[in-house]
Amino acid sequence: MKCIAFIQTKGGQATKASLEAAGFASSMGETVAVVSGELNGDGGLGSAGVGRVLQGAPDLDDGQIARLVSAAVEQEGAQVVVCAQDHLGKAVAGRIAVRLNAGLIAGVTEPPSGDHHTRNVFSGKATAQLHGTTDRLVITTTPNAIGMPEGGGGTTSVEAFEADLGSRKVEVIEAAAPSTGGRAPLPEAELVVSAGRGLKGPENWGIIEDLADAVGATTACSRPVSDIGWRPHHEHVGQTGIAIRPNLYIAIGISGAIQHLAGVNGSKVIVVINKDPEAPFFKAADYGIVGDAFEVVPKLTAAFKAL
Amino acid sequence: MEFLVCISKAPDTTTRIAFAEGDTRFNEEGVQFIVNPYDEWYALVRALEIVEAQGGKVVIATVGGADCDPILRKALAIGAHEAVRIDAQPEDATQVAAELAAYAKGQSFDAILCGKETIDHNSSAVPAMLAEHLDVPCIALCTSLDYDGAKAIMMRETANGVEKIGVTGPFVLSAAKGMAEQRIPNMRGIMAARTKPLQVLPASGATAGTRIERFALPPEKAGVKLVDADNPSELVRLLREEAKVI
Repeated sequence: MKCIAFIQTKGGQATKASLEAAGFASSMGETVAVVSGELNGDGGLGSAGVGRVLQGAPDLDDGQIARLVSAAVEQEGAQVVVCAQDHLGKAVAGRIAVRLNAGLIAGVTEPPSGDHHTRNVFSGKATAQLHGTTDRLVITTTPNAIGMPEGGGGTTSVEAFEADLGSRKVEVIEAAAPSTGGRAPLPEAELVVSAGRGLKGPENWGIIEDLADAVGATTACSRPVSDIGWRPHHEHVGQTGIAIRPNLYIAIGISGAIQHLAGVNGSKVIVVINKDPEAPFFKAADYGIVGDAFEVVPKLTAAFKAL
Repeated sequence: MEFLVCISKAPDTTTRIAFAEGDTRFNEEGVQFIVNPYDEWYALVRALEIVEAQGGKVVIATVGGADCDPILRKALAIGAHEAVRIDAQPEDATQVAAELAAYAKGQSFDAILCGKETIDHNSSAVPAMLAEHLDVPCIALCTSLDYDGAKAIMMRETANGVEKIGVTGPFVLSAAKGMAEQRIPNMRGIMAARTKPLQVLPASGATAGTRIERFALPPEKAGVKLVDADNPSELVRLLREEAKVI
């Protein structure tokens, strides 16, 4: 089987989510990567098992990326396209699938096993096993779910790749950096510290920030907290906010309503700190501390700093 | 402005998920269905706000059987002007997007708004597919939509933060939190919804590109391990040595 991996780069390097996608593709078959934009060397793709890299023009919009990737599929005679289920993947994967008359399995969470692919459904409350019913198939990989490729491969060759991309239809008027203070964006974050109404007011978030700094985590919050304006909307994790799947999720003063759990149940390890021992969140937690956040959190921060 | 808002029937968030027929089908028995929240709270409400300010109409569309009519009436009660139901059992994003596109191609909408994902299948796939069928841009994960004359101005979330986007001409967007606030339909809206047009169209016969073989429920959690509130360093030790996440 031959695969095309569509890769997003940042500063010339393939993003972590894209390397996961490339590793997924190369464990399915011989893989050629397609990149739009700058590359330093091979962008780390050789060590993800990629055989060759096709470098297309930079600054493409979603429609142009779909044309670029589809042209590569035709040139290489590939059967499978893989990309990350990240912001860009959600704008382009469906387009590519339509162009190729291919089915789409979005957001797989496990490495490939034969024709079957596993993904989360019902907001993480269940999984489904699917297979494609078309000659070609597009698969997107959920960030931080399937693990990074083993590595060890060498570097790979980069070739310029041109295709009829049509004209750009989306104008970027202004791009603003994230307001996560240099921390990883929530959908990709491996460590997340989150707090809810138990913090009593926005002025008390200092202890949350301190803990996040000590852990190296991204901060998040529950829906009520963003709705009443204590924290910005982009920090809201849960059913209607952002779904996350960090290695470690520390939830402080959050009761654990089902809507909140739907956005965080992909976390590998959940720690709950709540003064109410009956908080439903404890049932979904791996570790817990029953105690007052204002006393426990500074002590926990000190304990992390002592590492 | 004429907007098409694509809505989907979804099980209420608090639904206990269970499967039937050898774990091959979602068990709908006793399940309360709602309008998929992203479609309703963000896409539909923003379209209504713009039409209320500038004039025009909002058409809602879904792919499904007569069991979808209650959620179409709900969206009409919130304020949509017309409803369209494409009469086919939804199977996957490929089929649903092709059916929606077959309808939209014969119309002249200024923009098509979708929620960023459904809360049952969570694929985020239909908006981009629809955009490709119609050969228009797909602006994914939008948090705002405004118009500057004929030009649509959107904010969207990206891997690197946010971007302000301009598009002239029709487009598809997927709506995320921030675009609008939930609206509760009032009695007048509910009454009016009963007589608003709900058109049932035959399907174009689009086929799915994937098949679900089996559903499974995640393994039960082993149970929480409690650490004494006076000894948080024990928690740090467990996270390091037992869970190995730091």
